[in-house]
Amino acid sequence: MNQTLTVKDPFGTATTGKLAMWLFLAMDAITFAAILMGGIYLRLRTDMWGDAGQVLNIPLTSFNTFLLIMSSFTMVMALDAIKKNDIKGLKLFLSLTILGGVSFLGIQIYEYAHFIIGNAELGQALQATGLKGDSFLWTSGTYGATFYATTSFHGLHVLTGVIYLSVIFYQSNKGMYSSANYDRIEIAGLFWHFVDLVWILVFTIIYLI
Amino acid sequence: MSGHQKSFWTKYIFSTDHKMIAKQFLWLGMFFLFFGGALAMLIRWQLGYPEQPVPLIGNWMWPGDGGIINPDIYNQMFTMHGTIMIFWAITPLLIGAFGNFIIPLQIGAGDMAFPKLNLFSFWTMFLASLILLSSYLLPTGTAAGGWTSYPPLSSPAGGIPGLGQTIWTVALIFMGVSSMMGAINYITTVVRMRAPGMDYFKMPLSVWGLFLTSILNAVFVPVIAAGLVMLLLDQTIGTEFFLAGRLASGDPGDPLLFQHVFWIFGHPEVYILILPVWGIISDLLSVFSRKPAFGYRVTAIAMCTVTALSTLVWGHHMYTTGMSPLLGKSFMFLTLLISIPSAMFFLNWLGTMWKGSIHFTSPMLFSIGVIWVFGLGGLTGLYNATITADIYLHDTMFVVGHFHYTLAASVMFGSFAAIYFWFPRMFGRKLDSRLGKIHFWGTFISINFVFFNMMVLGYAGHHRRIYNPSEYSFLEPLTGLNEWISIFSFLLGVFQVVFLINMVWSMFKKERSPQNPWKATTLEWTMDYPIPHGNFEETPLVHNGPHEYSRPDIKDRDWLGQNERITV
Ligand SMILES: [Cu+2]
Repeated sequence: MNQTLTVKDPFGTATTGKLAMWLFLAMDAITFAAILMGGIYLRLRTDMWGDAGQVLNIPLTSFNTFLLIMSSFTMVMALDAIKKNDIKGLKLFLSLTILGGVSFLGIQIYEYAHFIIGNAELGQALQATGLKGDSFLWTSGTYGATFYATTSFHGLHVLTGVIYLSVIFYQSNKGMYSSANYDRIEIAGLFWHFVDLVWILVFTIIYLI
Repeated sequence: MSGHQKSFWTKYIFSTDHKMIAKQFLWLGMFFLFFGGALAMLIRWQLGYPEQPVPLIGNWMWPGDGGIINPDIYNQMFTMHGTIMIFWAITPLLIGAFGNFIIPLQIGAGDMAFPKLNLFSFWTMFLASLILLSSYLLPTGTAAGGWTSYPPLSSPAGGIPGLGQTIWTVALIFMGVSSMMGAINYITTVVRMRAPGMDYFKMPLSVWGLFLTSILNAVFVPVIAAGLVMLLLDQTIGTEFFLAGRLASGDPGDPLLFQHVFWIFGHPEVYILILPVWGIISDLLSVFSRKPAFGYRVTAIAMCTVTALSTLVWGHHMYTTGMSPLLGKSFMFLTLLISIPSAMFFLNWLGTMWKGSIHFTSPMLFSIGVIWVFGLGGLTGLYNATITADIYLHDTMFVVGHFHYTLAASVMFGSFAAIYFWFPRMFGRKLDSRLGKIHFWGTFISINFVFFNMMVLGYAGHHRRIYNPSEYSFLEPLTGLNEWISIFSFLLGVFQVVFLINMVWSMFKKERSPQNPWKATTLEWTMDYPIPHGNFEETPLVHNGPHEYSRPDIKDRDWLGQNERITV
């Protein structure tokens, strides 16, 4: 009886921080799932659901989707840079990622403003689905409520990600990271990719189908 | 493990030590247990002695009504009783206090994986408590839509007037955030912080129970959080997710959507609360029978099975909402299926005690109490799970009696067992065993009288939320029974005061408990009191399972610690 005692570890060498982030993302994914499924449930019960092609601006949002996917790509590049101990590259790609997030938010705010101010054309599109008024608001039936709840919840995630990555940027500026120490950047990356991935689902469900 | 010099603030208030946070949760839970208990007795006063002035405090509390509980106040009472007992008493006691206290100690870890997150989790809960209590200050009073807060009752349009319901929603969202932080912490701790040799199948069943609870919390609290946020939007900015019919301004939302969201979370919540109890008493029965837990692996796997099944049965709360018969039958089938794994560990408990040398200590009495009340609660659950019976029993006192057997009685007995058992580790002293016996028998007799007869009331057709039963002629024959239930519920309250006295008195008494008073095998008993910050001087090595009692190859004593090694 002289075996060495170990803990069998089903999670490989993941740090506790990374494991915690995975758990958080799982919970976050469930929250999104609840909101999206709630929206689908409401949609199936009503015939007053907006025609996305007429109410929403699909080309603009497609461009926004492209921006977010690109920012995920630059995030990968940022991680790649620090693995090679390239601090300059890390800072460059981090700022590009942050820029992508900020632009996404800007376009989303523009989109909201457009809906809230409203115009006759939008009013017609809404009328076709049985909704009243010239502006498209969260009180515009369950369609409006679902649209705003889903997209703004995602927008909050992008905002959180931008702040999160700005903190990481500030820390890289102070020289906290190196090729031997980049776990936190990897964890932040997980969050950012998740936000991107969820957007593709939101985009598909709210804008495309 | 910062230096030894610690200010009062970092030691007692903003501590990151899991043992101190456990105590904070313990006192928070105890406060709300008595708060919710007081509400229960007031509800019982109204049902036993309808519209008579409440003795002693009535004229002081409600002078405008001549000391009578009016219907609005009554609605607020049962709403807050349910909310407080489930989310502010049981959750902090079992998951907050004992989850924090025993997980790191029993798996041989120095602390939780994220001590600061643990600190935030408690203070978020504290903030949630303040928010909840602040709703009592509103002129229209606190929430009154029932603990389930179904719309439209909980919507401003056509529901409970005033801000109380909104504040309730906010408080619950904060409470949920606290639970989610706890879940991340507990799961990470169990997965990554186990001492060398502590395989999953060497963990005490208490840790198993708390681990599964955390998983359920992680999966289902986000669901209710989403639902509550949608409800909050309905309450504040005028969305109409859950409004239908005349209440909706345009195309209708659906109140049933909220019921689905609520019960997708709400049914697993029952298991979130009971799983720690199953785990804890599986261990305690073994300690006090001086026998290994019968079918340890089967118990652990059965608990996992229940956890998995519990995610698929929420519809049994909604049989009367006009769901399709096929869906209803599926929910019924899946619900009844849960009785198989439940029966497995139930029989294992009896198997553990079978031919054991049973020590009737206070924690053991309460553990045996759990077997009885959980057995009754489980069996009466079969009636509610069966569509044909449930359509008759739905929303009657039968349901109230049933879920109080499983939730109130089982979970309270489990919490008491845990407090009696681990008190020497938390406060260095044993609770008085004579007062413990009085507490047990008083509680056991009165709690059974109260909840069993509630089921009798419900079977006779007594609706669960009526204000004044004397207004219905068909309930007249039940007047006497209602009164007796109330009397026994007051007795139940009195015996809890005995417990509180025991706790406070024992905390300060001179006589110290020995290091391992119950001769238990698990790691939390291996160090002196007070357990230092960081718990273990050196990381323990785990050689044995958690229930090594009465091994025939050891002569001088009947137990072998998990970290001990026998040299044969
Ligand atoms: Cu249920």
